[in-house]
Amino acid sequence: MVTPILPLTLSQVQVVKQGKRILGPLDYKLSGRGITVVLGPNGSGKTTFLRTMHGLEHIRSGRLYWACTTLAARKSQAFVFQTPILLRRTVLDNIAYPLLVDGSTKATAYARAQEIAERIGLGGLLGVMGTAISGGEKQKLALARALVRKPQVLFLDEPCANLDGSATKDIEAILMDEKANGTRLIMSTHNVAQARRLADDVIFLYRGLLHDQGPSATFFTTPATSEALTFLNGGILA
Amino acid sequence: MNDIWAGLTQAGRLIISLDPTLIEITARSFKVTLTATLLSVAIGLPLGAWLAISRFRFRRLVIAVMNALMGLPPVVIGLMVYVILSRSGPLGVLGLLFTTSAMVIAQTIIISPIIASVAHQVVRDLWAEYHDLLISINTSRWQRTRTLIWDSKRGLMTASLTGFGRAIGEVGAIMIVGGNIEHATRVLTTAISLETGRGNFAMALALGFVLIASALLVNLVMHHISRTERGSRW
Amino acid sequence: MIKKAVLAAVLTCAPLASIAEDFKMAVTTSFANSGLAEVLLPEIQADIDLNVQLLIVGTGQAIKLGEQGDVDAILVHSRPAEDKFIDQGFGTHRREIMYNDFIIIGPSVDPAQAKSSALTVEAFDKIAQSKADFVSRGDDSGTHKVELNLWKKSHITPEGDWYKSVGQGMGAALNTAAGMNAYILADRASWLNFGNKQDLAIVFEGDPLLFNQYAYIPVNPEKHAHMNVAAAKRLEAWLVSPRAKALIEGYQIDGKKLFVFNAQPK
Repeated sequence: MVTPILPLTLSQVQVVKQGKRILGPLDYKLSGRGITVVLGPNGSGKTTFLRTMHGLEHIRSGRLYWACTTLAARKSQAFVFQTPILLRRTVLDNIAYPLLVDGSTKATAYARAQEIAERIGLGGLLGVMGTAISGGEKQKLALARALVRKPQVLFLDEPCANLDGSATKDIEAILMDEKANGTRLIMSTHNVAQARRLADDVIFLYRGLLHDQGPSATFFTTPATSEALTFLNGGILA
Repeated sequence: MNDIWAGLTQAGRLIISLDPTLIEITARSFKVTLTATLLSVAIGLPLGAWLAISRFRFRRLVIAVMNALMGLPPVVIGLMVYVILSRSGPLGVLGLLFTTSAMVIAQTIIISPIIASVAHQVVRDLWAEYHDLLISINTSRWQRTRTLIWDSKRGLMTASLTGFGRAIGEVGAIMIVGGNIEHATRVLTTAISLETGRGNFAMALALGFVLIASALLVNLVMHHISRTERGSRW
Repeated sequence: MIKKAVLAAVLTCAPLASIAEDFKMAVTTSFANSGLAEVLLPEIQADIDLNVQLLIVGTGQAIKLGEQGDVDAILVHSRPAEDKFIDQGFGTHRREIMYNDFIIIGPSVDPAQAKSSALTVEAFDKIAQSKADFVSRGDDSGTHKVELNLWKKSHITPEGDWYKSVGQGMGAALNTAAGMNAYILADRASWLNFGNKQDLAIVFEGDPLLFNQYAYIPVNPEKHAHMNVAAAKRLEAWLVSPRAKALIEGYQIDGKKLFVFNAQPK
């Protein structure tokens, strides 16, 4: 039943908003396993890059294609936004929602939602309104909702940007767990320490372009570009 | 001050004695306005949601017409409904003039744009909030619409209550199309107008207090019903 | 689909069916405010099984409703307008039923000294000379037309700050007069039933020029085929009957008779 959706291929993809080039043109291929971390200073196009792959941005030129039909691919991927978007429903309803959209029965959807919620540590909050929980819990909820469909690819846009240490630790544990389950993760961050902890390979975006990339083992020790080196050393990139 | 006190005591007397006339016109007020509100909700909520979610050719025009209708004084709408329902008008054969049906029609025309407009605003704001998520989850248009309407039910209820409040307190239009006929089309507001005309300020105020109390009751009941949702801090 | 739902809801909301036949009659505010209707309508229902529904409006609107065919008959008190209504074929005929009278109301201290007048025109003249505030209905009603006619007979063109045309019904105009402590022409019935008199009192009455004749006019079925001619005839026969006479002449407020029955047998 599960047809692999990867690899995802981007060929000369360019995104333009209000006359301004935000991303590209760039070529990229997402395949394999593990966690890819997208690094880069503010405004370098990290968010747009992830949204473009997920199909949320209008591509001005170039091509983007999955290993299967776009429709099939859309059902096997999920996105976690930097600021969680929560439905004005209970935690359990939020998690079950994607399954109900897919046409699962209520019983199946809620059983699966409850299972995920408990795995992620939201078991005690099932009946609480999604909008009434703490920031860390909200991001966990968004993560649970993203995972409920068992996606092959999971996009995460700065999932820990506004969280404290303990919440960040929880989220990272969940991500490592998912990686072990075989989910392909690609996430952006501007936190180099987090990138070091999680990344299997790294993409460095600069001014909307794919400036540097490589396996984490080589990228963090010997980046190919001076901009990436400056960034890793905490320097300021103009 | 005297009149207000006299009005309050008279209102108390009317309510305690279950005055049959008071009960009759209050019941008719509710019957007419609740019917009009239900119809307006059936028209206004989907229209408002549709305007918020869809992009179609005459969308701007529909919004402009809606806003224009909202700005019209009810008495003008009453007059237009009168001309249409009059025996000499295009729908005269239906014989609806000076019936509660005519009043329902007039009130529906008055409050549908209000409900649609508030619903439009509420759903548009929620759509802006949910947009990325609903696209990301790959929802169909119908699923989106249902989700947005369901999740903005608080705001949509406020829209409906706003419409109800406007309709129950309206007098100009229903006076023209209903005719304020005793035992047929007399409602709280037209009775207030009549008693004011007779200089019976105390009675008019008493009816006014009953009107305020009824409207308040409806609001409290609706809020109580929605309070049964847990963790209602939206 | 929505259209269907609307139609269904509108139809199910049709007025409660009453057993007696419905008959719509437009009457003037002055008649309705007199309270006589509350005496007559139940009797009419009991005697001839007719549920008369009153539309209380000004004479101008009453005639308009008759022209449009929205009422079955009108009961009004403005002779020129009535004659025009019949001449244009909207009414079949005019039947005089009863009259009451107009009175001049004013501040109890009577700054214009209108009380001492012998004739209505004299009282009007004094009010105009003193420039004391005067509230006019200004709504094209029967009472308004009578007032304008009285100014004309007094050879006065009412204008200036003291002449307030309010464009409202009798009750609202009386409220305005009470608030401003001004003079106003009113029908006696409305005045006696008026609950907000404040400092106002009757300053002039009794001139035959102030008599106010009410006439019943059925709407012409030749103009509007749906007219209930039989019911209109039944009501007319009742209105001119001895039974109606007894009720109309017996109607009193504060011990004062309001109407004089003057219908002639055909």
